[in-house]
Amino acid sequence: MSRQANRGTESKKMNSELFTLTYGALVTQLCKDYENDEDVNKQLDKMGYNIGVRLIEDFLARSNVGRCHDFRETADVIAKVAFKMYLGITPSVTNWSPAGDEFSLILENNPLVDFVELPDNHSGLIYSNLLCGVLRGALEMVQMAIDVKFVQDTLKGDNVTEIRLKFIKRIEENLPAGEE
Amino acid sequence: MTVHNLYIFDRNGVCLHYSEWNRKKHAGISRDQEYQLMYGMLFSIRSFVNKMSPVDFRDGFLSFQTSKYKLHYYETATGIKVVMNTDLGVGNIRDVLSQIYSTIFVEFVVKNPLCSMNEPIQSELFRTKLDSFVRGLPFFSARAG
Repeated sequence: MSRQANRGTESKKMNSELFTLTYGALVTQLCKDYENDEDVNKQLDKMGYNIGVRLIEDFLARSNVGRCHDFRETADVIAKVAFKMYLGITPSVTNWSPAGDEFSLILENNPLVDFVELPDNHSGLIYSNLLCGVLRGALEMVQMAIDVKFVQDTLKGDNVTEIRLKFIKRIEENLPAGEE
Repeated sequence: MTVHNLYIFDRNGVCLHYSEWNRKKHAGISRDQEYQLMYGMLFSIRSFVNKMSPVDFRDGFLSFQTSKYKLHYYETATGIKVVMNTDLGVGNIRDVLSQIYSTIFVEFVVKNPLCSMNEPIQSELFRTKLDSFVRGLPFFSARAG
């Protein structure tokens, strides 16, 4: 078999400080560009979404994970494979809703906030909101509409960081218009 | 053995890329119509295969063959579809199609922020890499092209 194009499927490791500091610079700039925290949160989510829709392709190409058949499997893949691969951490999956359509990711340490202290005048800022967008965008590409939000954040004095994911619906595939 | 042509479709049925190497007969319709026809057929086969299967299975539709050629199909969880036509001598090339996805499509389209992901691929680099990858395949006939 020809292997001339086989670069990139193995993951390259790098120092997380560069990543963390770059993210910090991004948030700082957004705080300058927008007047209120709400808009910054929105922008972070939007950027995250744009990253997520591309990241999912990289993830699938590298991990050989196929289609997930239920939301529990999805939760496992996100926590144990994806977070591990891209952020080097393995959050725990807890607080399942009885219907199995909602769960929480508990992050003991969030790599995005390593050097951060939230000033008082930014109490509305969801510093790591990019992650929500990434999760939403990536899952949307595998036909899952979900709602993602931070419900606890160590930056705001909570003991842990908790991201809540709620399954909304399966996105059905449609035959393009003009075909029957 | 030979490779005839290759289509890449996105999840909405847009033909992101088409290339051909050794195609002796053309459809006699416009390219766009051909893509649409091809996608419509793949879509139908996929749902047919899934509905008719007497057992649960993961992979779904993999390939079909006629008396003259064989169509190989690979679909990712995100709905990217890689379709390659070869002659009948070619066996299972699932790993080849998945390599086209993971080492060429992902590397040179997905990771190129200037490449839009839901319209036909313009990247020259992608075309070159794909072409040389396919030409390097052991079942790509030297006489073709």
